[in-house]
Parts: sequence; structure tokens; C-alpha cells
Amino acid sequence: MVTLDQLRPGQGGRVVRVDASPAMAQRLAEMGVLEGTLLKLVRAAPLGDPLEIELEGWFLSIRKADARGVHLGELVGGS
Amino acid sequence: MAPTAAPAARPLRVAVLGNPNAGKSTLFNALTGLSQKVGNYPGVTVERKSGTMASDAGPLELVDLPGTYSLAAHSPDEMVAVDLLLGHVAGEARPDALLAVVDASNLERNLYLVSQLVETGLPIVVALNMIDVARARGVAIDVAKLSERLGAPIVATRADKRTGLDELRRALAGLARRPAAPRPTPPYREPDAIASGIAQLERDAAPAWQHALGRPLHRVELLRALVDVGGHAETRLAALGANGTNGAALAAARATAGATPPLSAVEAQGRYRWIRALVAGCVERPATPPVSWSDRIDAVLTHRVWGSLAFAGAMLLLFQSIFRWAQPAIDAIDALFSAAGSAIATRLPEGALASLLVDGVIGGVGAVVVFLPQILLLFLFLGLLEDCGYMARAAFLMDRLMARVGLSGKSFIPMLSGFACAVPAVMATRVIEDRRDRLATILVTPLMTCSARLPVYTILIAGFVPARTLLGGLVDLSALTLLGLYVLGIVTAMACALLFKKTLLRGPPPPFVLELPSYKWPSPRVIGLRLLDRAKAFLLRAGSVILAMSIVIWAAGYFPRDAAQERRFAAERAAIEARGPSEAVAAELVAFDEATAAAHLEQSALGRVGRALEPAFAPLGWDWRITVASLASFPAREVVLATLGTVFSLGSDVDEQSTDLRATLQTATRPDGSPLFTLPVALSLMVFFALCCQCGATVATIRRETGSWGWAWFTFGYMTALAYAGSCAIYHVARVWA
Repeated sequence: MVTLDQLRPGQGGRVVRVDASPAMAQRLAEMGVLEGTLLKLVRAAPLGDPLEIELEGWFLSIRKADARGVHLGELVGGS
Repeated sequence: MAPTAAPAARPLRVAVLGNPNAGKSTLFNALTGLSQKVGNYPGVTVERKSGTMASDAGPLELVDLPGTYSLAAHSPDEMVAVDLLLGHVAGEARPDALLAVVDASNLERNLYLVSQLVETGLPIVVALNMIDVARARGVAIDVAKLSERLGAPIVATRADKRTGLDELRRALAGLARRPAAPRPTPPYREPDAIASGIAQLERDAAPAWQHALGRPLHRVELLRALVDVGGHAETRLAALGANGTNGAALAAARATAGATPPLSAVEAQGRYRWIRALVAGCVERPATPPVSWSDRIDAVLTHRVWGSLAFAGAMLLLFQSIFRWAQPAIDAIDALFSAAGSAIATRLPEGALASLLVDGVIGGVGAVVVFLPQILLLFLFLGLLEDCGYMARAAFLMDRLMARVGLSGKSFIPMLSGFACAVPAVMATRVIEDRRDRLATILVTPLMTCSARLPVYTILIAGFVPARTLLGGLVDLSALTLLGLYVLGIVTAMACALLFKKTLLRGPPPPFVLELPSYKWPSPRVIGLRLLDRAKAFLLRAGSVILAMSIVIWAAGYFPRDAAQERRFAAERAAIEARGPSEAVAAELVAFDEATAAAHLEQSALGRVGRALEPAFAPLGWDWRITVASLASFPAREVVLATLGTVFSLGSDVDEQSTDLRATLQTATRPDGSPLFTLPVALSLMVFFALCCQCGATVATIRRETGSWGWAWFTFGYMTALAYAGSCAIYHVARVWA
């Protein structure tokens, strides 16, 4: 399965599962990163990490290491 | 019948909550204006900010809570919101009502917190803020319908333009008259897993906990204990030690509730399901949202090349502003206080009182006020960055670098500000939400080479570093030494940050989930109020401590004085003066005064301590005079030049441009006639100044920002130890090598 860190900029996918520490998983869930949420990778920071993600019309940033735990299915967009 | 007269003792209290970036502070400022009071909650690093607001139901007290996405708490700091809402903060009455500030352009995510607030049972007014941003994105919200669904007043506001405020005041006043908890339709139904877990806790564990606490437990506390794995509610209940079964009770309740998916996801799914039902039919969105100007700006400012350039430019500007642009104001303040000192000195008879006023009080107050230009400029700049939304981008850009020492990108700007002055830099750490990250940043920021170290470096480098060039005349050895001192500060700060995060401040890494808010125009009023707030906090809280320290050091350098000796000095001075006015006599008088000042300092408490401590500082290559100068500069390191001037009988009126001081230091000798200031001694002194926390203002600011003397003295202690060890090492290495 594809994880969030493997997307190309502009590509998105729906969340299937989030593997993270309890605190991280909770914070992501509270911010709306839940099963079925559509996430889009906007870009990586100039030094390669962290990543900028778009969801529900707003933007958040998480580190690559954490993005590796966000499993996606049904990829959309990006060429 | 007239309504029962309410006890007029206490105004109604309203707690203000909201997500970060929802414009909560702006709204709070707009409602309370200049009536704000700032303090600290006991035992945590959270600032307590309150203010009064007039309404037709009488004055209301507004208490501003830190911005948060949820009531889930993983640290004592995050728990403050829950404790305050439930009335569990010592000395704080439970709020009578809540004002929830909600970002209309990001409605669903902002309503998450509201869904938790509803469960506290307190009356709520919702301020639907940034309604203009929502409209610009083509989002239309039926406020009346949403308000009816939520069962609580909702008022559309634009805090930056101060619109909707009167209506908000009326809504709060109405709630004050007829308090009523919101009754949403559809009502929020707790997911079954969570309900069964809480039921089990209520049955099996709550009685013992309540007995140990001596108060009832609110359902919200049980919910947090159940859901927040490793969270603060769990830690606190486990620490009660009641029956020894707490951990087991919690584990059993979690097992009952089920573990896949985790309960935190179950809670979030339940709340978002409710939110979607609540807003269904109240919110209209365009099928394809227009690309906003904010997104276009972001594409440039986070770009690999342009973004990095823009960031470097912004930081250069920041640096320039506090380093150079503050200088004229600093010089003016210096001149003003010197003039005031001389004015008093000429009007008062010479003696302890004049000296106390001039050197102790005016010198001390001057040492406080002189920080104001840098503080105001830095916070003006940081306020602009924060308010327009760039601060989050700066953290985004620098996170990779800071993550290497266990911090996050949010620590970058405070640490960079430390190059100018540690005082505003420590105050700037408030942007870091995580307590351990914030403390680590506070502890190491004073190691960054601040501008007050520069004069010391300048004179010692000019005096003792050989004028040699390296790399075929390309680089001066003195420039290289200066660079080395800066690098020493940076490397030590990074190493210490890593060390503290691995030892003293060890813990699971804070989740790095950074919202990148849309860009917006900063509001001058909000920034102005914040500047005022910072200036007041520094002058009142830090200022009193700095003034006290200055007076203590002044007294130690002045007393004791021997009356017989004073009479002899006076007689000798009169004898010189009696020879009539001439240039030679005037010069002799100056030399005489400088010599008596040196004698006074030597026999003062400070001088005696310096002599007593001479053996302790001998491994650093120092004699008692250098020791005294360093001790006297603990309240403010820039004082060292003046003290060196006094102790070497030059008078205290010297600065880094002073060739006299440089020449005197170069020719000073030890009792055996060998030169005192050799290159190793100069290096040792510079390294000491690089690593030591010789700044009363910084210590006082750390005390204020952390709410404890413990962290302030810890910073002072570890830096002094580091300075001693570093000086000792460089002295011995340089002696072998030179």
C-alpha cells in the first residue's frame, strides 16, 4: 500500500489507516486525518522535510517519518 | 417581583477558547482593550491573561486560554484548559460561560473543540470569526440556522475590523442573564465504545479516585483519562495511588472499549460525524474552490529557491533591526541615564547616597530600560511575521535543521533572536507549544552570542590576538577569533539542547503537526497591544529583579569604607587642589581619583571576594582583578569594561574604542612582573564571556517565562559551570600551543 510520504506533489489519496504513536495518532485524528479523509501532498520543504499536506481546503505540515505511517488507498490526481 | 439581587461581589467570568490561528487573541484584545492583566498559572509555563469587558449586564471578566485544537492533554500545560473549565485551578473560580472562537473558513475542524466544550455543560457563545476569508473562498454559512442547530448563540465577527463586536457583547450579556447550556440538534452521541469504557471507570475506579482527590470527578476528566493514552489525566489519576489498582482499572476500561481503531480515532470519528450532521444544509461550498492569493503567495514563500531566499532575507532584516536599528535608541537611552547620573552627582555631596543613586539606582534602571528598543523592535517584527502567517512557514522551512538536535522548526526564530539579545529571544519562545521543547530552547538561547558580548570581544581581540593574516592575507586572525567565538556559542547551544532533550527534558517527541494558516494582513492594533504587553511585562517583572541585583552589586563594590582612610584621601585631594588651578593639577586630580577608586574597589566586599576567590580562578589564568571584573559583570556583562577600567585605575569611563584601556591591559603585570594578559588569558576570558550567563535581565526573564526560579538558576548554574570548564580548557590548551 502507498504511504503519504511516497506521493508526488499534487497527488492525493484517501486515508486507510494511520500508524503512529498514541499522541501523534490522536493529534492527526483531531485535525481530521481519519479513515476516508482525502489528503493531497502539496510540496516538501526546501530541505526535503517536512511535507505540506492539503486536506479539506486547509494546509498542515508533518514530518516524513510520520507520513510513512499514513497509509493511503485510491490515489487521485498528479501526473 | 424584582429579580433576586445577585451578589455583586464578582463579575461574571467568561473563558475564551479556540483553535490556534482562529483569531482568538485579536478578538480578546478587541473586546478587552487595555484592561488586560497578565500572570502565570501555578506550576506550569502557561500565561494567564484576563481582561474586563463592559456589557449591558455589567462588566464581564474574560480569561484568555492558550489556543488549542482539542481538550486532549498530554502535558500539564495542556491540562490547564480542562482544569480551568472544570474549576480545578487553585484560586480560580469556575467560568460561568465560554466564548468559543471559531475560524469560519475552516468550520468543521474548529467545531471539533466546540463539541468537547459542549460536554462541560457550560453556556457557550460562538464567535464565527474570519467570516470574510470564508466568503472569499466561496463558502456561505447560514449563521441563524447553525445557531439554532447548535442551541447556542453564534455571532459572525471580523476581529481585525472590529465588526460584530457589539452583537457579541449583547450575546454574552444575554447569556449572563439567562445561563443555559447548549442543547444541539442532533445531540452529540458518544460512540458506544467510549460510553462503555467511561461507565466501567465510573463503576470501578471513580469512587477511589474521588476519595483520594477529595472532590467529585467530572465526566470530561474520565473521558480524557480513558482516551488520551499516556496523557496527563491518566498520569494524574495514576499518581493518586488509590488502591493500587488505577493502572489496571484504566487498562480494563480500555480493553472493554476495544483497541482497534484506537479510542482517540473513535472519539474523533464520532465528533466529526456529529459535526457533519450539524452543519449539513447550513454551509454551502463551491464545487471547485477558487485558488486564493494566499495559496499563490505560499507557492513562492515555500519554494525551494525563492522560499529559501525570502527566508534568508527576512532573517537578515530581523537581525539588522535588532542589531543595528536599535542602536541609536540604545545610545540615546545610555546618554540620557549618564546625563541624569551626572546631574545628580554634581548636585549631591559625594558619598554613599550619591553613589547609590548614580551607580546603583540610575545605573540599574538604565540597565533595564536599555533593553527596550531591542525588545520592541524584535516583537514588532515577530508580531508582523506571526500575524501574517509567516511564522508557521519559517518553522516549516527550518524544521529539518532543528530536528537534528531534538527540537522543532519553531525553536529557530527564538534562537536566532538570541544573537541580538537573549531577553526578547526567551520571550519569543512562547510560540513553542511543547513544554519540553520550549524549556530546552529557553535554556540554550543565552548561549547564542548576544550583542552585549561584542564590546568585550572587540577590546580583547584588538589587544591580545596577534595581528596576523592567514590564507595569503585573505583572513585576519582576529576576524577568525571572532567567528570562532560565535561558532562556539552556536555549537555549545546545539550540543546542550541535544543533551537536555536526552536527559533532563527527556520524553516522547511532541507530535509535529503544524497548521499552515492562510496569509492575512496583520492588524496594527493587535501588534501594538502585544508590544505594550511585552514592554510592560519586561519592565515590571524583570525590571524589579534587575534593579535589585544592580543595587546589590553596587553595594558590594562600595562597602565597606574606612572612615580614617576617607579623611586621609580627602586631605590629600585638598592638598593637590590647593596648588591652584592648572592643567597639571587637573591631570593629577584625575589620576588621584582613579587611584582612590581602585583602592576603594580593592577593599570593598566585592574586591575581598575577588581576592578570596583568586585561587579558584587561578586555573583560568586570572588574577584577582580579572576575577572582580567578571564577578561585577554578573548582572550585566557589558559592565566588565567599566570595572576593568576602575580596577586598573583608569576610571570607569572606558568603552571598547578606548585605546587607554587596551594599552593598560597590555602592560598590566602580575606581582612577579610577568605580563598579566597573555593570549591564553585573553582567550580564557573571552570563552568565559561566551559561555557564561552574565545577565541579570536574562535570568529574570527566564524566571518570568517559566514561572519558576528553579529554571532560572539552573540556566545560570549550568552556564557558569560550562564557562569555568571551557575557560580552563582553552587556557591550558593555548598555553601549551602558544
